Amino acid sequence: MRRLGSPAVRMRRLHRLEPAAIFGVMSRDVTNFATFWKATTFSSVIEPTIYLLAFGLGVGTLVSTVQGLDYVQFVGTGMVATSVLFASALSAMFGTFVKHRFQRTYDAILAAPVDTEELVSAEILWMSARAGVYGCAPLLVSMLFGLDPSPGMLVVPFIGFLTALGFAGFGVLMAAVVSKIDSFNYVTTTVITPLFLVSGTFFPIDELPEWAQVLANVNPLYHCVQLVRHAVFGFETADLAHAAVLIGFAVLMWRLAIWRLQKRLID
Amino acid sequence: MPTVASGGTPISARAVCHPGSVASTPAIRLRGVVKRFGDITAVDGLDLDVPEGTCLGLLGPNGAGKSTTMRMLTAQAIPDEGSLTVLGYELPGDSKQARAHCGVVPQLDNLDIELTARQNLAVFARLYRVPRWERHAAVERALEIANLVERADTPVDELSGGMRRRLLIARGLVHRPRLLLLDEPTVGLDPQVRQELWALIDALRAEGTTILMSTHYIEEAERLADTVAIMAQGRIVARGRPADLVREHAGAETLEVYGPPPRLAEVRAAAQAQGFRTRRTGTAVAILRSEDGDGRLPEGVRRAASLEDVFVLLTGEEVA
Repeated sequence: MRRLGSPAVRMRRLHRLEPAAIFGVMSRDVTNFATFWKATTFSSVIEPTIYLLAFGLGVGTLVSTVQGLDYVQFVGTGMVATSVLFASALSAMFGTFVKHRFQRTYDAILAAPVDTEELVSAEILWMSARAGVYGCAPLLVSMLFGLDPSPGMLVVPFIGFLTALGFAGFGVLMAAVVSKIDSFNYVTTTVITPLFLVSGTFFPIDELPEWAQVLANVNPLYHCVQLVRHAVFGFETADLAHAAVLIGFAVLMWRLAIWRLQKRLID
Repeated sequence: MPTVASGGTPISARAVCHPGSVASTPAIRLRGVVKRFGDITAVDGLDLDVPEGTCLGLLGPNGAGKSTTMRMLTAQAIPDEGSLTVLGYELPGDSKQARAHCGVVPQLDNLDIELTARQNLAVFARLYRVPRWERHAAVERALEIANLVERADTPVDELSGGMRRRLLIARGLVHRPRLLLLDEPTVGLDPQVRQELWALIDALRAEGTTILMSTHYIEEAERLADTVAIMAQGRIVARGRPADLVREHAGAETLEVYGPPPRLAEVRAAAQAQGFRTRRTGTAVAILRSEDGDGRLPEGVRRAASLEDVFVLLTGEEVA
């Protein structure tokens, strides 16, 4: 006779941040992603192409070079940061909100031997890995517009991943803070849009007034833009500082996201 | 209890607290548990024991605190006062350990609808730490339990309501839990599907899985539970085997008197004046313990006293 209920799992002592829990949650993400990867891939390739066509054919006729770079290449490398931002922050905001409030997926996961810290860490890691990979799309498209391949480009997915850790954390944090999904409009308008406009993607920030330069420097995305350009065209010593800012941002957002989502998920 | 020795005992558990190793330790033990949400006290000094290998039906009207109680057992709600022990593990501190041996079937369907039945089970087999080499067999076994072998590769979106419920239950069983927490397992399902789920739950019970099932369907509790605990306003107001509860609180027989509303009010007043307890049953007045009537009671339909009589007597006629 089939045994339905007898225990089969022999259990050792469970700890905090268990890899088994983190990979378990990620396996759910990967399985789900397999059902919609085509749409994601389509938009992450087509969008930078449209931007580069618009900027290359439009603004490019007014401005030929910026900081010694061909304008299309300047924008193309900068747009890696934009792609990473959207792939991480927006997915995290909407994805977390939907899974938490509408699908109640997180209730199911937390009923298993997984805690909020593991859940949030896994979600951030997965979205960042995805954003790191898809963040390279503008770079590949730029090559079609004449950007020469360089060995430093191999570092770009890792820069994207590091940047995305912070922004995915930010997205989870926002999803835990807002009370309804429409409130995300405030976040995109007041945070996301200014972040990507004043990041040095479309124009260099050193020509902005001083107060705007100060603001740009606290914008993590600016540090991502700098790191990506330097990875493609040659690293500088200042890049260590850029990386340090991104690491600090990632750690801060990770902890804040766990703290706020825990308050939402556990009564 | 052989299941205890072979199963959930953690290899490196602290010596003081050796979960489940003593047969007399109940699978669930709650003492003086209080849970407040702002000004509302959802659970108000709850004491509850569920012995290993039994099925306890937690019966109560909506808002009695059943769901909050269920959420506290998985540490998805943290009590303000009192102590909770699940399979010998103290909550909330050791909750993760306890959850590894619990299967949870929530009231609200939270399956991944884009994924197939098999994929849903595979994800949770991992989350429940089923070892890699056993996962395939665990998923197949769960599909069999849910009777979904033929629909294994159908996205959940395309399954019927009954199939989804069975899958939800199977997901909670994929790791062969020692304790199953069922929150309103058949709410909103048609009678055929309900019968089918009852058969499934009964089979688990027969195999010795400890079950805590919250429900507001009296028949469900009556059929499946070894013991019923009636909950009202955050406390257990009565507890026992269904038949005992009926005998103790509602006697042997209930008389139902039908008639127009003024007549019902009259009957009610007269019966109460003679010391009988009554309750409205929609279209009739039910007079409890009518076996003691000795011809003093009006004409009506006699029936055996039921758990529903007990339920209404103890939890009140008005639903908040």
